[in-house]
Amino acid sequence: MRLKLRIWRQKNAGAEGKFVDYNLDGVSEDSSFLEMLDLLNGHLIDRNEEPVHFDHDCREGICGMCGMVINGIAHGPKAAITTCQLHMREFKDGDSITIEPWRAQPFPVMKDLIVDRTAFDRIIESGGYISVNTGQAPDASVIAVPKTQADRAMDAAACIGCGACVAACPNGSAMLFTSAKLAHLNSLPQGQTERFDRAVLMVNQMDAEGFGGCTNIGECEAVCPKEISLDFIAMMNLDLLRANVMGKGKR
Amino acid sequence: MSVTTTQTMTEAPTFVEAPLDGRVPSGPVETLWERTKFDMKLVNPTNRRRFKVIIVGSGLAGGAAAATLGEQGYNVECYAYQDSPRRAHSVAAQGGINAAKNYRNDGDSIYRLFYDTVKGGDFRSREANVYRLAEVSNAIIDQCVAQGVPFAREYGGMLDNRSFGGAQVARTFYARGQTGQQLLLGAYQALARQIAAGTVKMFNRTEMLDLIVVNGRARGIVVRDMCTGEITPRLADVVVVGTGGYSNAFFLSTNAKGCNGTAIWRAHKRGAYFANPCYTQIHPTCIPPVGEHQSKLTLMSESLRNDGRIWVPKQPGDTRPADQIPENERFYYLEELYPSFGNLSPRDISSRAAKRQVDSGRGVGPLRNGVYLDFADSINRLGQKVIADRYGNLFDMYENITGENAYQTPMRIYPAPHYTMGGLWVDYYLMSNIPGLFVIGEANFSDHGANRLGASALMQGLADGYFVLPSTLPNYIAATKLEKIDENADAVKEAVANVTDITNRLMNTKGTKSVDHYHRELGKIIWDYCGMSRTAEGLEKAIQLIPELEAEFWENVRVTGEAGGINQELEKAGRLVDYFDLGRLMCIDALDRNESCGGHFREEYQTPEGEALRNDEEYTYVAAWEYAGAGEMPLLHKEPLEFETVKLATRSYK
Repeated sequence: MRLKLRIWRQKNAGAEGKFVDYNLDGVSEDSSFLEMLDLLNGHLIDRNEEPVHFDHDCREGICGMCGMVINGIAHGPKAAITTCQLHMREFKDGDSITIEPWRAQPFPVMKDLIVDRTAFDRIIESGGYISVNTGQAPDASVIAVPKTQADRAMDAAACIGCGACVAACPNGSAMLFTSAKLAHLNSLPQGQTERFDRAVLMVNQMDAEGFGGCTNIGECEAVCPKEISLDFIAMMNLDLLRANVMGKGKR
Repeated sequence: MSVTTTQTMTEAPTFVEAPLDGRVPSGPVETLWERTKFDMKLVNPTNRRRFKVIIVGSGLAGGAAAATLGEQGYNVECYAYQDSPRRAHSVAAQGGINAAKNYRNDGDSIYRLFYDTVKGGDFRSREANVYRLAEVSNAIIDQCVAQGVPFAREYGGMLDNRSFGGAQVARTFYARGQTGQQLLLGAYQALARQIAAGTVKMFNRTEMLDLIVVNGRARGIVVRDMCTGEITPRLADVVVVGTGGYSNAFFLSTNAKGCNGTAIWRAHKRGAYFANPCYTQIHPTCIPPVGEHQSKLTLMSESLRNDGRIWVPKQPGDTRPADQIPENERFYYLEELYPSFGNLSPRDISSRAAKRQVDSGRGVGPLRNGVYLDFADSINRLGQKVIADRYGNLFDMYENITGENAYQTPMRIYPAPHYTMGGLWVDYYLMSNIPGLFVIGEANFSDHGANRLGASALMQGLADGYFVLPSTLPNYIAATKLEKIDENADAVKEAVANVTDITNRLMNTKGTKSVDHYHRELGKIIWDYCGMSRTAEGLEKAIQLIPELEAEFWENVRVTGEAGGINQELEKAGRLVDYFDLGRLMCIDALDRNESCGGHFREEYQTPEGEALRNDEEYTYVAAWEYAGAGEMPLLHKEPLEFETVKLATRSYK
């Protein structure tokens, strides 16, 4: 198939970026979206031009490294998948495709489609863990975890930290990401000791990074490749309220 | 040192007669680790922060080690090429992690896990290491549960298990089809806690490009900042490498695109022995390639074989769709050939069986390059919902990639490079032959012999990272007098100059062909001659072809852009440079090992039924290769393997 591509090119963080148009022919409908970009990059290298830079790694939809806004939608038109799992059979011969990086103030563009997402790591560092040193663990079977609770924790823990939720949100909010980690740890008996401190600390860090607030638009849930539920944000807000009443979050 | 020539080849490898010593303490294997832990020296808690430990890699091995050593109080620096430690390729492991908990009361024990792993490795691993692995497996599950890893549970709240290839017990713990992700997030969160505590400094998007060896000891690394292009030395008291395997030498593999052998190969060039490079695992259940644009292969978890039945048409060349082939015209070859283990036969055996079927013209799919993995019987027996609960995400992934619905038509699968059992040689303490260089996880060679069993990679990575290394590394520090070094030392300057030189040469070649072009060519050579089955003739050919391709690469590669700043072409080119040499060593090792064992199958050495035929008399050793210079024949060291606890036997799954 033949495609008209319009891709954001930006030499580095300090440079001004712009859209550049490319015509690409000979795309197999069995190829993945990233393989389509590989094909384009092969042609660019043949012309001695710099290829389009984009983050990617596992190409199996689990590492969370890839992500781009495709025709205005984070990770493209098909629901519940990452960019690397999007295949060209979702497009038609002759289609025009606009490709942009995640756009959010806490995710500065580093080059072309690559953005800096280390703000997410700092949110986890602020409290997204259970404090247990190696060696301190009791036997795994000591605490029974009801299946429904374990399943809910797993639903939340499925987040891959790709940042699509932030890119899709008009407010640039990271609440889906933050609440997913909180819901994962706070749903489990092992996570109860630090539950309310964790909620306050992670939300504070999220704010400090410059992410916006949630106004219940739901774009985040719609683009999430792992279908993380908006309900987790409600859970986070409830925990936050209780934590504030209890005066939690001081370390 | 006395040296003897072995066999007649264009250029024969030479081997060192003095056996290589794995430093396994003497005594019964069952109590070895406990006794060793007591015998090892300790570092006082208040002194620990004075020692700097560099850890390269942030996956299950590296991430767990960085977190644990940080908790102990060491001054840790951790380096990773991804933008976050949470993305290390351990994240992609689907099926599960083994442990000898025996929660199912089905006859499992530490001894059985040990036995299965030694046998699964086709008697080419070090007994003492494997026993220790089985021994610490239970503590891993405890640790992960305490960290909040949401393992699958039964309705009563207890942990669920399933079974994996090469075992007759259900000892595999899992978190849906994302076990690797959940275990990695556990380690990542423990690491994040230490980063916040200031004990670990994390360097993302930073790549190790050389090892610094001062007075015979590993004392640092040279890194390239992948954002700025800056090349700098990082000095330390100990260096730990946990950078995974080298399956991407094949170009097409199930590994992430960024996985690379550069850290281990450059350490090898600085003197670290490379052990058993020819032991590569070709995983039986991957989605078959579809065309020239293919950039990687995707694994479908081995766990699917719990409920899927593998078959091909009995008649070669049968092109009817699956649903039009009646039951009596189907060949369920694993069930028929290996009735005791059936569809859950070990990976090496299942892969070769699939290759034989496809080679005999029974392949299925548009390119006739796959076999069926059929869930119809399980769906009839259990209902689609149960199957969807167990494997839903895998079925979705399969549909995204192939456009086919595997609830309605059988999946098509074919083997693909997945894991490398070979790696840098380490002793019982996980230290390489260069003092101060430790190697953990898939990057070392130690526990899986010639074939790794399913759900054992996660176990080994975490065993090394959480429990083994944090015990053995302090012993080295406590027992060694480490002199002060600074960045002006000759060895440091030379290592930095070496990296700068490679970078400049790549940038200045200014040829016409892309890096990927050469990587595909190299991958094809290695897959054709050093893949699922190997012959002396083919390997000799590959040993000639690879240096020719490498020479052409250096004449004609085109690396676009600049050395400063982000340059993904430069990153790929640097990794490919090492794959040429590593690929050649894989072939040299495969040619030198005149037997078949595990993942190493030499066509000349097989039983009348086509099974691997070992030669225990001559090859019960670890082949550890010493680098002898560019293009030179490496020197072979042999570590004899002794099987005192598990008796050497022909591996049978019939």
